[in-house]
Amino acid sequence: MDYGTLLQLLDSTLRLATPLLLACLAGLWSERAGVFDIGLEGKMLVAAMSSGAVAFLTGSAWAGLAAGIGASVVWAVLHGIASITFRGNQLISGVALNFLASGITVLVAQAAFSQGGRTPALSGAARFNEITLPFADTLRGVPIFGRFYAEVISGHSILVYMALLAVPVTWWLLFRTRFGLRLRAVGENPAAVDTAGVSVIGTRYAAVLITGLLCGMAGAYMATALQAGFGREMTAGRGYIALAALIFAKWRPWGALWATLLFGFFQALALRPDVVAGITRTNIPVPALEALPYVLTVLVLAGFVGKAIPPRAGGEPYIKER
Amino acid sequence: MQPIPRWADILLVPLVSVLLAAICATLVILAIGQSPWEALTTMVTGALGSAYGWGYTLYYATSFIFTGLAVTIAFHAGLFNIGGEGQAQLGGLGIAMVLLFVPWPHWTIAFTAAILASAAFGAIWGAIPGWLQAKRGSHIVITTIMFNYIAYALIVWILVDILRPPGQAEPATARFATGIPALSDIPGLSLIFTSPVPVNISLFVALIACVGVWALLWRTPLGYEIRAFGKSEPAARYAGIRPVRTIMIAMALSGALAGMMSINNVMGESGRLLQNSSEGAGFIGIAVALMGRSHPLGVVLAALLFGFLYQGGAEIGLWTQIPIDLRVVVQGLVILFTGALGYMVRSMLGVFFRPRKVATGKAVA
Repeated sequence: MDYGTLLQLLDSTLRLATPLLLACLAGLWSERAGVFDIGLEGKMLVAAMSSGAVAFLTGSAWAGLAAGIGASVVWAVLHGIASITFRGNQLISGVALNFLASGITVLVAQAAFSQGGRTPALSGAARFNEITLPFADTLRGVPIFGRFYAEVISGHSILVYMALLAVPVTWWLLFRTRFGLRLRAVGENPAAVDTAGVSVIGTRYAAVLITGLLCGMAGAYMATALQAGFGREMTAGRGYIALAALIFAKWRPWGALWATLLFGFFQALALRPDVVAGITRTNIPVPALEALPYVLTVLVLAGFVGKAIPPRAGGEPYIKER
Repeated sequence: MQPIPRWADILLVPLVSVLLAAICATLVILAIGQSPWEALTTMVTGALGSAYGWGYTLYYATSFIFTGLAVTIAFHAGLFNIGGEGQAQLGGLGIAMVLLFVPWPHWTIAFTAAILASAAFGAIWGAIPGWLQAKRGSHIVITTIMFNYIAYALIVWILVDILRPPGQAEPATARFATGIPALSDIPGLSLIFTSPVPVNISLFVALIACVGVWALLWRTPLGYEIRAFGKSEPAARYAGIRPVRTIMIAMALSGALAGMMSINNVMGESGRLLQNSSEGAGFIGIAVALMGRSHPLGVVLAALLFGFLYQGGAEIGLWTQIPIDLRVVVQGLVILFTGALGYMVRSMLGVFFRPRKVATGKAVA
């Protein structure tokens, strides 16, 4: 494999990792506050549909992004009502909201555009177009680094850079602010936080809303940047891969970045079986590459590759003692 | 929360939950500018109005009984088996193995072998996540989700690279030499099922499985152990119930039932193994088990309702402007109301069962 091919692979790694990263950070916020969320997939899906539809109708990708975030936040609030207010099973609520999203996106897209449950193709300002970073073209001549900068770092949509920025922001908020400390404490020992006079319910809702925001960005990226419009089931299990990445990352923001980049790399490889065959000189079937993130996650979960310990109060509704 | 009588908990709660789901579905249909009445009549006539209709309704219901029972057994052990899809697809692989490579003299023997193979393959695919939870502490929900995807990739690889007959473009196995009788082939029943329909004798296996699951859970020591373990793990441990064994048996049984679903669709209907053979039935099992209140009788009733919904939904997709995906919406709503919002429904009903105010306050004064 030559340097050019490697750069191509890394470029598509970053593209494919972005929705995973946003969704993974979304899950991180929720689960750190003690609310399991297997509904990341559904939130991304409603966000993708809403942003695709609104971006087409208004011709503005930014309006699409806002609509995507709005729809995703509605789903997040539903999850909050079911699992925080009514103390329902968080896993079942997540499953239900995923199904709801899967069906309703097609129903609405079909009712609005009559194109077989898709939104019309987006172009121009209705998409987030690629940005050329400063000096990308001047630096291109510099060996190794110049091409890396011009081809891998530069030339993505703004949402990619926002996703990368979300990593330090999440880290700072969670580990360097009072809000973050309380939020993490709610995920570990809600009773203690309650005793200290902090609202467990309020903190968990705040976390769930941030989850909605980030999933909204992930879905909008899918429909308005990675592809040009929404298509049926277009998230294709990315919400679950993000969940896997979250376990891989052991519920840490920087870990989330590396885990999603790794999984993005696998996805990029699965799109280029010729490269894989060239390196390994054997015929590795594409499905094996696609299954790799899932197999790795199972191994991590089982403690064969490091141990992943989830937040202690995760999955438990908090019931105040009287 | 106001406690409600047992009969209300068993009867009223699921009925109200389904009613709430139906109301929400009606609102969705109105919101996309279609007629709920037209949707309902299309569903009823499409699913129940003809031999073709009820043949398909029962065919779907058969699959849902198996996957609903699978989720039910795991629920009783306190485990949420979300891996029915993968287990069912592996069950289909087991059937393909025994039917493609062994020349069976008679369909009855082939059918028995297929049942055993599908159950064994499903059981293994369910027991591995069980073992990982019991021994290694990994969360069963996440592991079973991962196992769904791994199963999907595995089946794609096997169908494309190994079992696909030479010269065939589609990722699928060759046709099986033996099938099983559809109900429309059986004398007597052919008077009801007047046109060729996919519902087949797997329906009877599903019903027998219901009785078996009921007997196992409520009439055997093993069932008692499973239920006790699901109610309280520390108490069960204290009583000498071995956790690893209980989790693995419950998950293996759960996987076996999910795998057996494939005798209905892989052996009974398509006659060969196709990609994504489970068609979402593994997930519908969750809704069926929740709505059936984790009881085999409830599972049968819920499976019939979902069979109706599935066949009716297909007809809606064919004959109206409403996409077939409406049935996924209803499925999500049913899971939401019967599963996640059970507390809300119960507290709503509690209002009606509040005891009459008796003048007890006077004693204090």
